[in-house]
Amino acid sequence: MALTGLQIFKLMPKTNCKDCGHPTCLAFSMALASAKIALDACPHVSAEAKESLGSASAPPVTKVTFGVGDKARETGDETVLFRHDKQFFHPTCLAVTIDDNDPNFNARLETINDLMFERVGEKVSIDAIALIDKSGEKDSFVEHAKIIADKGKFAPIYISNNAEALAEAAAATKAAKPLLYGATADNWEAVAKAAKEADCPLVVTAANINDLGALTEKVGAVTKNLIIGATAAGISQRLADLTQIRRQAIRKKVRPLGYPSIISVVGTEPRVQVAEASIYIAKYGSIVVTDVADKASLLPLCALRQNLFSNPQVPAQVEPGVFAVGEADANSPVYCTTNFSLTYYTVEGEVSSSKIPSWIIATPTDGTSVLTAWAAGKFTADKIAEFIAEIKLEDKVNHKVVVIPGHVAVLKAPLEEKSGWKVLIASNEASGIPAFAKEHFAK
Amino acid sequence: MPYLTEKSSGSISTVVLGATKENGGTRGYTLTIGGQNSLPFQNYEGVDPHRAVIAAEILDIEPVSWPDELKKAWGGVLGDPAAWAKKAVEGGADMVYIKLLSADPDNGGRSANDCAETVRAVLEAVPCPVAVQGCGVDEIDKGVISKVAEAFAGENLLLGLAGQENYATVTAACMVHKHTLISSSPLDINICKQINILISEMNMPMNRVVIDPSIGGLGYGLEYSYSVMERGRIGSLQGDKMLAMPVIGFIGSEAWKAKEAQAHESDFPKWGSEAERGVLWETITATSLLQAGIDILVMRHPDAINIVKAQIEALSQPVTAA
Repeated sequence: MALTGLQIFKLMPKTNCKDCGHPTCLAFSMALASAKIALDACPHVSAEAKESLGSASAPPVTKVTFGVGDKARETGDETVLFRHDKQFFHPTCLAVTIDDNDPNFNARLETINDLMFERVGEKVSIDAIALIDKSGEKDSFVEHAKIIADKGKFAPIYISNNAEALAEAAAATKAAKPLLYGATADNWEAVAKAAKEADCPLVVTAANINDLGALTEKVGAVTKNLIIGATAAGISQRLADLTQIRRQAIRKKVRPLGYPSIISVVGTEPRVQVAEASIYIAKYGSIVVTDVADKASLLPLCALRQNLFSNPQVPAQVEPGVFAVGEADANSPVYCTTNFSLTYYTVEGEVSSSKIPSWIIATPTDGTSVLTAWAAGKFTADKIAEFIAEIKLEDKVNHKVVVIPGHVAVLKAPLEEKSGWKVLIASNEASGIPAFAKEHFAK
Repeated sequence: MPYLTEKSSGSISTVVLGATKENGGTRGYTLTIGGQNSLPFQNYEGVDPHRAVIAAEILDIEPVSWPDELKKAWGGVLGDPAAWAKKAVEGGADMVYIKLLSADPDNGGRSANDCAETVRAVLEAVPCPVAVQGCGVDEIDKGVISKVAEAFAGENLLLGLAGQENYATVTAACMVHKHTLISSSPLDINICKQINILISEMNMPMNRVVIDPSIGGLGYGLEYSYSVMERGRIGSLQGDKMLAMPVIGFIGSEAWKAKEAQAHESDFPKWGSEAERGVLWETITATSLLQAGIDILVMRHPDAINIVKAQIEALSQPVTAA
């Protein structure tokens, strides 16, 4: 159970040496109690204190890393149950399966390797390739594991019931730090030993959370580098199990469940798999495994992950600047809004549906919306005029007319004066833009 | 590790949509939503008695600007609201949601009477509960919604949208003519509560109110709506009665606005086929919000409707607590 700062302080050296970066041992103890710092930040802590504090100060969900270099992925280490409480820190890893009996193995691997995208200016991709032991033959599995570790562009996961096959695949490719899947009640001793020897993280699986907890305690005596695999039948039971695993770890610090989770979709039809994967991205899947490998299916899942793992305290922003919508040219109208991404993309959507190629200025307002920015003095005639000059708008278009949102109609006169541009006032809400555009700019 | 269950002091109100003959309407069946006292689908620690329902969005003008994939999916019914509604219900939608966009002067400015005739045609074509909203211009919608409420008194239509400016008119129309209303707020939990308080002060029974907290589609503000909805559900379970109504969200219209839902593969080869992408963009907007507590999903693509319906079915299966 969690200790208070004072309880921790009793076990500290009390030298106030500042080596941990805190002014006093008490300050360090307080930071440790609220999980803002790890115990190993104190170089002088006694072995005895470590023993008694280790479990209390550990994060509720451990952090597990698999893969190396660019392919390395950190997972787990979450501290809240709902993103609005603080933030989810480690985006769900998306893993796509490939099996060692696939006659088109290389082509499939190439398809998977290509699951990288760019959207809203960010690079996103899947995270892992999950090799399934379908052949049931150890040599085939190990050979294909080597190919994945070598040619795969994402972190490797090896899925097999055969302890020997897992052990050999891990030993042969340990430099790639694969995730081994996994230890069951029947084979855990051999698999845990192999994982420990190869220094690879290991998935522990069982069909319900009672058995899972019992098994992680046993396996935990060999290696603590674990991920929990919930394998109950049915989506509703899986969702409930994932929820319980995370809830017990965070609310009660239940150690045997305080690990990241891995979950495979149960559906078979591709669209159903995608829908199901989205549920586990929202609710507590640290790694989600699907068989779907086509771009159109993975892009929406990547977008969902971008959304839900963003920091709720920091507004999403677009780069300030001037952007073309459609084939905008020197004659196209210019709309001015803020750089809050929600505002910007709403305006962009409406401008685009007006079907009149246009320019949009995303004025730097620290990612605040039109009225908020205006009230905070970040979307004023001065600031807009300054930005119009900075981006050299007069070089982009051969007219001097700029459109502003109706909500800030009061800026018309001062902006015209400061910038020398004629100002048109559009609707209050972006939804009025198509009608506005039709009235003012339709040829 | 036995399950750690959490009991709630509050619950979501139970709302009935539509009215059959015995109750003064003409619907073949009604739908009941809400009534939960647990987080979404955590039915082992409370009751989750009514499944989320899907309303197909029907427009009273032909949606010429819709993406081709969407238009193709509906075939030839898009110019005919009654035929469109019929096809939607036969295809799996639980109910239909009519937007009377033609009342807007920019869309032809049809009269309130003409709009009511469209609603009549739809009511005659389908047995399901029906939702109706105006064109979005407050001044015009006051007349349109009042007319529709009066013309179909007793049907228990779901009428909207009641926002900060026009809640009084819509609420009065729903109270007098026995309909259910949609209380609408712009992604702001405090404004949502405030409008609900104003509506309840008019003595509208709160089991005839559904809330529209506004949503952003996948990739474009979904996270805001997800958190507003989730906070609303948690607040309701803790006993906040002014948030404790079932939630409606315009999944289809928001999802299909996204560039990723529409862009052709020829322009964005790295994004894959648009036929698949658009359907999944809408599907995932829906399935993720199911986890935040949405009760009525207003959707557009027939395939997305069916995938989401199957997910709701799968998610609603009883859970065994360990």
